[in-house]
Amino acid sequence: MDKDLLGEFEDMRTNSISSLSKAKENGKKVAGMYCLYSPTEIVLAAGAIPIPLCGTSQVPISVAEKVLPRNLCPLIKSSYGFAASGTCPYFNLSDILIAETTCDGKKKMYELLAQFKPLHLLQLPQRQEGEEALRYWYGEVNKMKERLEIEFGVTITDQALREAIQLTNEEKRSLKALQDVSKLKPSPISGMGLLMVLYNRGFCTDKKEVVQIVDRLTSELLEMYKQGVTPFNQKTPRILLTGVPVGVGSHKVIQVIEECGGNVVCFESCGGYKAVYDQVDEHKEPLLAIAEKYLRTPCSCMSPNSSRFELVEELADEFKVDGIVDLTWQGCHTYNIESYSLKQYLQEKKRRPFLQIETDYSESDVEQLKVRIEAFLEMIS
Amino acid sequence: MITAGIDVGSTATKAVIFDGTIRSIVIIPTGWNPKEAGRNVFLESLNQAGLQEQDVDRIVGTGYGRVSLSFIDKKVTEITCHAKGAKFLFPQTRTVIDIGGQDSKVIAVAEDGSVADFIMNDKCAAGTGRFLQVMTGILDITLAELGQMASGSEPVSINSMCTVFAESEIIGLLAQEVTKETIASGIVHTIAKKLISLTSRVPCLAEITFSGGVANNPEICTILSSILGVRFNIPQQPQVVGALGAALVGFGNLKEGKDG
Repeated sequence: MDKDLLGEFEDMRTNSISSLSKAKENGKKVAGMYCLYSPTEIVLAAGAIPIPLCGTSQVPISVAEKVLPRNLCPLIKSSYGFAASGTCPYFNLSDILIAETTCDGKKKMYELLAQFKPLHLLQLPQRQEGEEALRYWYGEVNKMKERLEIEFGVTITDQALREAIQLTNEEKRSLKALQDVSKLKPSPISGMGLLMVLYNRGFCTDKKEVVQIVDRLTSELLEMYKQGVTPFNQKTPRILLTGVPVGVGSHKVIQVIEECGGNVVCFESCGGYKAVYDQVDEHKEPLLAIAEKYLRTPCSCMSPNSSRFELVEELADEFKVDGIVDLTWQGCHTYNIESYSLKQYLQEKKRRPFLQIETDYSESDVEQLKVRIEAFLEMIS
Repeated sequence: MITAGIDVGSTATKAVIFDGTIRSIVIIPTGWNPKEAGRNVFLESLNQAGLQEQDVDRIVGTGYGRVSLSFIDKKVTEITCHAKGAKFLFPQTRTVIDIGGQDSKVIAVAEDGSVADFIMNDKCAAGTGRFLQVMTGILDITLAELGQMASGSEPVSINSMCTVFAESEIIGLLAQEVTKETIASGIVHTIAKKLISLTSRVPCLAEITFSGGVANNPEICTILSSILGVRFNIPQQPQVVGALGAALVGFGNLKEGKDG
């Protein structure tokens, strides 16, 4: 069922390679991006194409381990390995890389990446509250704008920024509406299907097209719900996934949850709800509004990171979830440490069943994961 | 109403036949073929109970090899089964500590016998039966001897949690002529350290029931219980708590008239 419905999204990633190459032949510039903290609006306003870069596959990790320590998180190793091995076509097509100082592993890895491509590093503050943090971050966002103006030989006007904001807000609206479909019980779409759509749509070079296709999928799903078409039932345990970024290739835990009879109804993580639950203010000075929105992003690299706790709590209610799975990559200190506090917060405050899964991209622990996940589903059913 | 619980673990395969009371218990080594071990243990448990296959109304499988059993009616994880089994043997159980061949786990049990929370060791043999097996191999002693040597000896500190690294560390200690007794004691303390880190992550209320093969060794139980500062309920046959729980799950489902 999912296959026909989602077919359009299946090929989106591969198709974008040729459309990117074509756009480049016509003089378009491409900015490769790694993280939710990188403002796509500025890239769009520069007339360039923002494209997410690969970092969700086990394959290039062995290449990365020639340089990086083995006990580093698989996301960082995968990102670096793709770049170093030349096997990520989007990396190869990028004119500049936009990076940011989130965790220690990433920022040191970016120092190594800078030898392959021009790289602009956004220096993130370590906290979100307070005037100083915003002022500092606003300066960083402004520096990114100036860098792109120089690299691409353009002037980024307020008008162009406003238009870009409207476009990405519309995209956020559309992606949020899609994810809100899973608030319905039982959800007409699997977590695996939803993840594939959320991940692959990022590679589409035309945001207006994305909005159209996603909106169409959303209305088809709503229609399916009305007709009672769903792979799940009223008793299917509903899971909220929080924690580290996941994508196609690093979907192991989501697959196991759904093979064991659960349904991941909400991704709080980077590619999911966290990216779309609020918008850039269209009435403020555009660059300031962008800075404010991006700094609000809940992430374990911030201290404190209370907005993540509140968002998870809120979403757990809205999506009527039965349990929360906190996925943390091995070697991801910030999410691994924060998991302890999140568990305490959710269990004590909300009496929410909570399971932390610490793993990597390899398949070596699938059987052990199945025991934990099946037991968790037995516990909450 | 007769049910069977089959627990195919990494080291031992266990079966319990249950009809309101325990009719038979069989434990055999799993070996390389979990499917065959599961089948054999079932047939032997029937034999000991004087029953035929068709006398059994429901067969529930558990343990890592549960997926390889084609003759069972239902599979349930060892987490749920251990909680059920421990609660049956010791009705006041609120926590189960299980040290099996391949993993160790701590299970918080709700008053009604359901699982409230649990934690398992991650992707690693640290603090499991396998860890002890490897260590006794280096010292050239049996598990029973390990317990006897360890009790009453001051432990040498073994810092590696990882089985492979701990092995190298012990080989180093032997080269320095550290006595077997202090190393044995150090090994048991390493298991305790791992348990302390697990028990601090789930609510660990009394009474605590200790299951799994390691609980067969009375000296190790005494040392662990004194380091953790808690008293354990130790089943007569600690290895079969999971299989018993599986039989109980089947029994409960039949009573409630559930198919699944």
